[in-house]
Amino acid sequence: MSSSMLFNVTMIAYMVSTCIFFAFLASRSKVVGLAGTYAALFGFVVQTVAIGLRWKESYDQGHGHAPLSNLFESVVFFTWTIILIFLVIDFMYKYHAIGFFVVPFALFGMAWAQLGLDSGIQPLVPALQSNWLVYHVITCFLGYAAFAVACGISIMYLIRDKMEQGGGSAQAGGMLSLFPSIRVLDDLNYKAIMVGFPLLTLGIVTGAAWANYAWGTYWSWDPKETWSLIVWFVYAAFLHARITRGWVGRRAAILSIVGFVATIFCYLGVNLLLSGLHSYGG
Amino acid sequence: MKLTIFLLIGLALTSIIGTVIQQNPQREYLATLSETKIRLYSSLGFFDMYHSWWFILLLYLLTLNLICCSIKRLPRVWKIVSEPVHVMDERFEKTLSNVKELKLRGSKTELRDRLASFLKAEFSDPVITERDGEYHLFSQKNPWCRLGVYVVHLSIIIIFIGALIGSFFGYKAYVNIPEGGSIAQVQGSGGKVIDLGFEVSCEKFSVSFYDTGAPKEFKSILSVSENGQPVQGYQNIPIIVNDPLTYKGITFYQSSYGPSDEGVLYHLTVRDRKGGAPLKLDARQGERLALPGGAYLSVMEATQDVRPFMKGFTGPGAQVEFTPAGGRPQPFIILSEQYESFNAQHGGDLVVTFDGMDQKFFTGLQVAKDPGVLVVWLGCFLMVVGICMAFFMSHKRVWARVSDAGVTLGGSASKNPAGFEMSFEELVQKINKV
Repeated sequence: MSSSMLFNVTMIAYMVSTCIFFAFLASRSKVVGLAGTYAALFGFVVQTVAIGLRWKESYDQGHGHAPLSNLFESVVFFTWTIILIFLVIDFMYKYHAIGFFVVPFALFGMAWAQLGLDSGIQPLVPALQSNWLVYHVITCFLGYAAFAVACGISIMYLIRDKMEQGGGSAQAGGMLSLFPSIRVLDDLNYKAIMVGFPLLTLGIVTGAAWANYAWGTYWSWDPKETWSLIVWFVYAAFLHARITRGWVGRRAAILSIVGFVATIFCYLGVNLLLSGLHSYGG
Repeated sequence: MKLTIFLLIGLALTSIIGTVIQQNPQREYLATLSETKIRLYSSLGFFDMYHSWWFILLLYLLTLNLICCSIKRLPRVWKIVSEPVHVMDERFEKTLSNVKELKLRGSKTELRDRLASFLKAEFSDPVITERDGEYHLFSQKNPWCRLGVYVVHLSIIIIFIGALIGSFFGYKAYVNIPEGGSIAQVQGSGGKVIDLGFEVSCEKFSVSFYDTGAPKEFKSILSVSENGQPVQGYQNIPIIVNDPLTYKGITFYQSSYGPSDEGVLYHLTVRDRKGGAPLKLDARQGERLALPGGAYLSVMEATQDVRPFMKGFTGPGAQVEFTPAGGRPQPFIILSEQYESFNAQHGGDLVVTFDGMDQKFFTGLQVAKDPGVLVVWLGCFLMVVGICMAFFMSHKRVWARVSDAGVTLGGSASKNPAGFEMSFEELVQKINKV
């Protein structure tokens, strides 16, 4: 059994999970919602095994390293962290409807990685041969994933907000009953960002420490560094707006979505569109 | 504060410019821009925007803003932390969202002692105050986490101070050292020459590749000497990317490499056409080599592979200047021994063959001195600690009033009111059971 096969199983599990969550919104049956969560959990377990297997495969090739070194591996790890954070929230709050707005991010990531990216295991170039790689990548992607979940929750918020204001048809009203209340959504958005922000901060700090160790400069205004700082500024503004100015609800949801768009640009846009030091695909 | 949000968003938006326009641009990049654009960008400082006056001004404004906000808010918060309200009177009780009347039996002193030991076990050690015949108990958890946000603000200032120390007392520089060579000066940014105060020599440089052709390791072996004396413990130190060498606060990072002209050794074989054992010779760049029979030879230029220069030939080749005894210098090309007839076209009585060369490299080192870096790490550490304090810890307070009317319990938390409500309920239930 190869990791590549298991990644395919993972992708299918996330697809099934997304479909089940859609059926959940349509049927409003609690069992269906739980099935969606279990499908995501199954995919998560398979993916965890697959990542471990890929790690082992790199050792079999004679140049073992953590599977966090190129775009394919980073996208796979990103989807893994998204599902991890979703499962934690699902376990704590039991709102299965959130799955329909979060699991598709992971499905999209896995599909892109499996169908569009080079999945070859390459040996590490000298710049990446450092333990900082693991600390830096894990903190960054856990942060990104928390922001992804916050973005999904914010989209739910905006939908619910719009429907409630428009009166809402009977059917839509039924679907809304599965959504957490508007206050809970707002609170979850804040909580996800509250988890993501310290992780992003740690990610930037470990990146700076690593840059200083490898190149002698902890900050060189490289596009990747600058964009990570932009993301940090956006969420810092979100937190200040919330705590000192009382920005909650719609405005907070919009700011959270803007923050996630900036995050995705920091992650992918910088590598695909701009040039710089951080050309490892992740 | 409105200004803070404005500054944060302003910094985020303006930072984008520098990621789209090349910073400290190369000539090739400038050639793609129109003249008006170049004039506009350079007058706005867009080509080095993170050091432009207006970007620095924004950073200063942000710093000033957070200092002012902290000064304005800190005293009130400090008072909550340092002078907690020990007594929950009726007026204060109304400001609390969690209040519960308890039906407990026993005398006031008995209840006081029971509550004190209960709070100590279940929450935290209480402070007991007696006033107007009533007993007041107060206990709290994590009061200092209210300072978390100010720790974060302070950490930003500390990071800026560290950056300033680095820019005033440190430098970034670059140096190339050929294998076998040594340097005592490095080239700072802006072309400034900086004396190290000691010498660094490169004993050896090597580069290895994976089977795929991707680089595996760049390694320089460095030695440090001071006043001509080798420094103990700093001899033959291997440095690779991600593993630099630091001496006297100056750090050397493996950064690049290239072929070096200095110290190349060329290998030649000279054979007499009339017979006799071939003679192996080594020559340095431009060296006038005496050959048997009174002729001289110098190697002008050489390559390990002539393919790019001579169609149909492979292997090493050299451009040499041959001076026969009493004759005029003749330039020609010699190749490896597989091209015997080619080599035999020149050289009078001698046939000279080029056997290759020992290619020497130079190692390119990034050199940095940054005395502010520890201050920056201190700032980063405080920032992470501060953020965790501010987000994940809550200042929880519980008051109890024991009066003739009974026991009243009040509580408040600085964060997560819903979560605290639950733990307050739990506390109340436990007291009732005691």
